[in-house]
Amino acid sequence: MNAKQIDQQTLLKDEKDPLTHTPVHLLSLEGVGKHYGNIIALRDVTMAVDNGRVTCVLGDNGAGKSTLIKIIAGLHQHDEGVLHVMGDARKFNSPRDALDAGIATVYQDLAVVPLMPIWRNFFLGSELTTGWGPFKSMDVQKMKDITLKELAQMGIDLRDVEQPIGQLSGGERQCVAIARAVYFGAKVLILDEPTAALGVKQSGVVLRYILQARDRGLGVIFITHNPHHAFPVGDRFLLLKRGKSIGYYDKKDITLDELTAQMAGGAELAELAHELEQLGGHTEALKEVQAEVAGVAEAADVADVADASRENSPRHA
Amino acid sequence: MANTATLPPAPASAPGDERIGRRSPIQKFLGRPEVGALVGAVVLFIFFASVSPTFTQPNALATILYGSSTIGIMAVGVSLLMIGGEFDLSTGVAVISSALTASLFSWNFSLNAWVGVVLALVVSLGIGFVNGWILVKTKLPSFIVTLATFLMLTGLNLALTRLIGGSVSSPSISKLDGFDSAHAVFASSISIGGVEVKITVFFWIILVAIASWVLLRTKVGNWIFAVGGDANAARAVGVPVTKTKIGLFMAVGFCGWILGMHNLFAFDAVQSGEGVGNEFLYIIAAVIGGCLLTGGYGSAVGGAIGAFIFGMANKGIVYAQWNPDWFKFFLGLMLLLATIVNLIVKRRAELK
Ligand SMILES: Nc1ncnc2c1ncn2[C@@H]1O[C@H](COP(=O)(O)OP(=O)(O)O)[C@@H](O)[C@H]1O
Ligand SMILES: [Mg+2]
Repeated sequence: MNAKQIDQQTLLKDEKDPLTHTPVHLLSLEGVGKHYGNIIALRDVTMAVDNGRVTCVLGDNGAGKSTLIKIIAGLHQHDEGVLHVMGDARKFNSPRDALDAGIATVYQDLAVVPLMPIWRNFFLGSELTTGWGPFKSMDVQKMKDITLKELAQMGIDLRDVEQPIGQLSGGERQCVAIARAVYFGAKVLILDEPTAALGVKQSGVVLRYILQARDRGLGVIFITHNPHHAFPVGDRFLLLKRGKSIGYYDKKDITLDELTAQMAGGAELAELAHELEQLGGHTEALKEVQAEVAGVAEAADVADVADASRENSPRHA
Repeated sequence: MANTATLPPAPASAPGDERIGRRSPIQKFLGRPEVGALVGAVVLFIFFASVSPTFTQPNALATILYGSSTIGIMAVGVSLLMIGGEFDLSTGVAVISSALTASLFSWNFSLNAWVGVVLALVVSLGIGFVNGWILVKTKLPSFIVTLATFLMLTGLNLALTRLIGGSVSSPSISKLDGFDSAHAVFASSISIGGVEVKITVFFWIILVAIASWVLLRTKVGNWIFAVGGDANAARAVGVPVTKTKIGLFMAVGFCGWILGMHNLFAFDAVQSGEGVGNEFLYIIAAVIGGCLLTGGYGSAVGGAIGAFIFGMANKGIVYAQWNPDWFKFFLGLMLLLATIVNLIVKRRAELK
C-alpha cells in the first residue's frame, strides 16, 4: 500500500538476487495456494528465501502462516502455484523429503517428544549408528557428546543430556530444536512462531539464535505475529491476512511503524470502535480502540510521508 | 572440542546450575520405569517365601518361572507396542489362531509339522501386519481396531476348527513327521543342576534381552519411544511412523507365534475357544512393569518383572495352599499398587 513492495518480477525471474548475488533462490514460492476441503487456507503467496537472509512471515492467528510452512516442510502439499528449491520445482510428499532437501522446521507445537531424553530428541530421525547389519546400534556416547557440545555452542550448558526434554523451558526447547536443525546441515530453517509462548527475555534469546543461524549462512523463515520481533531480525517481510498475501517488503523499504500499521489493520480497528460505540457501555475499551485507531492512522501517514520523501531523495538508490 | 569437559561454561547459564543440582545415582535408578514393579516383586517374593516354605524350592521356582514365561513372552511384544503408543486386544486369541493354523494345516494335508509351524509364523506376522495397517490407514484408535480383530479371530478359531477338524479341539498331530523335533524346540525342558526348566523360560529371557537392546541401543528403539510419545513430532523429524507402528504389531505377532507353538507342542492339540481374556494379562504385566497406557514410556525389563509378579502370585497362592479364587483379587491389587508406586516414584524422580 504505502511502502514500496518488492518487485516480484526482478526477484523471481531466476536472475541474480540483488541481495546475495546468488543466481537462484535457495527456496522460492510462486502463487502458492492450498485448501483444506472447501476451506481456502492460503492463496497466491509469493516469497523467496536466500542464504544468510531472514524472511519473516507475519500475520494474525488463522492467517495461514502455519499452512504456508507446512507446505514448505512437506507436511501438506500445495494445490496451486510452484515451490522451487534451488531453482527446481518440487512438491514434497513427506517431511523426510523436505529434510533431505535441506529444509528443517522448528514447529510451533515443537517437534520434540517431551518424555524422551534431550540427546534422543536431538538425534531423533537421524540417529548415529555403529556396527553393521542386524548388529547396528546407536553410538550413544558420541550422540550425547555432540548434543552437549552443540547446545553449549548455543549457550545452553546442560548438566544432563539424559533429562527428559519436557523439563526444559520453552525457550530452551526452541534452542534445542534450532541447534538440531543447524547441526544436521539444514540450508533452510523454518521457525513457526518460536517466540509466541515466550517471555520477553526468552524471546530475545531465541531472536539471537535466529541471527546466529543466519550468520552461519542459513536461509531462515521466521514466522510470527509480532512485528517487534520480526523487524529487528528480518531482511524481508511477507504479510499474510486471511490466507492472502497483503504485502511483501524488503527491509530497506519499510519501517517498523509501517509494518505495525499494516499488521494491525487500521480499517478493522475502526470497525471495532464503531461496533463498541453502538453496543454502548464499553467506554473504557472504546477509548482504547479509538486511541489505537488514531495511532495506526498516524503511523500510516508517517509511512506515506517517509515513503514519498525517500522516493524523491537521492539517498534512495 | 572432542572433550566436552573442556568447554567453557556458557555465561548465561552458569549461575543457573545450582537450580538443577546433581541427581544421585539412586535418584536416577528410581527414575527408571520398572522400579515400581521391582519393589512389588521383591515384596511379593518375601511375602510368599515367608508364608510357604515350598515357594523357594528350586523346583517350585522353575514352575513359577515357567508360568511367568507364558505371560512374559507376550508381555515383551505388548510392552514394546504400548511404549509405541498402541494397544492390542487380539493377542490372547491370536496365540490360539497361530497354534490352530499350524495344527489344522499340517493335519489336514498330512504334512510335516514344521510346514504348519512356518505357515503359523506367516499368519501371526500377517495378523500383526493387518492390525497395524488398518490402524495407520484408518487412524482409528487401536482399541477399536484390535477389538474387531479379537472378535473376528475368536469366531474364526471356533468356526474353522469345527469345519476342518470336526470338533472344538484341534485333532492330535502327535503322529505327524516333525512333531518330535518341533516338540523339542518349543516345549522341551532343560536341566540345570537337576532342576528341569522349561525352554520357554529361555525364550522369554532371550526376547527380553533383544527387546531391551532394541529399545535402548538402536535407532528403531528411539523411534518406538518417539511414535508413542508424540507421533506427529516423530513424523515431522523424519521418523517412519507408519512402518514403526506396523512393525510393532508384527513383533507382537511374532511373540504370539512362539507362545502358540509352545501351547501346541506342549501337548498335541489346542482348544479352539482358549485364549480369550489372556490379552489383559499381557497388558497388565506391561502396565505393572511401568509402561504408560498413553505410550512413550516403559521398558521391556519392566514387562518381564510384571510377568514374574503374575507368575509368583499365580503359583504362590497354590504353594501357600490358599483357594485359587483369591488369585484375581491379588492380581488386581498388585496392578493397583504397582501403578501407584510407579506414579509416585516417577513424580518424585522428576521433581528432584
Ligand atoms: N488441517 C486443517 N483442516 C482444515 N482447516 C485448517 C487446517 N489447518 C488449518 N486450517 C485453517 O486454515 C486457516 C489458516 O490456519 P493456519 O495456517 O494454522 O494459521 P496461522 O498459523 O497463521 O494461525 C485457518 O482458518 C484454519 O482454521
Ligand atoms: Mg500457526
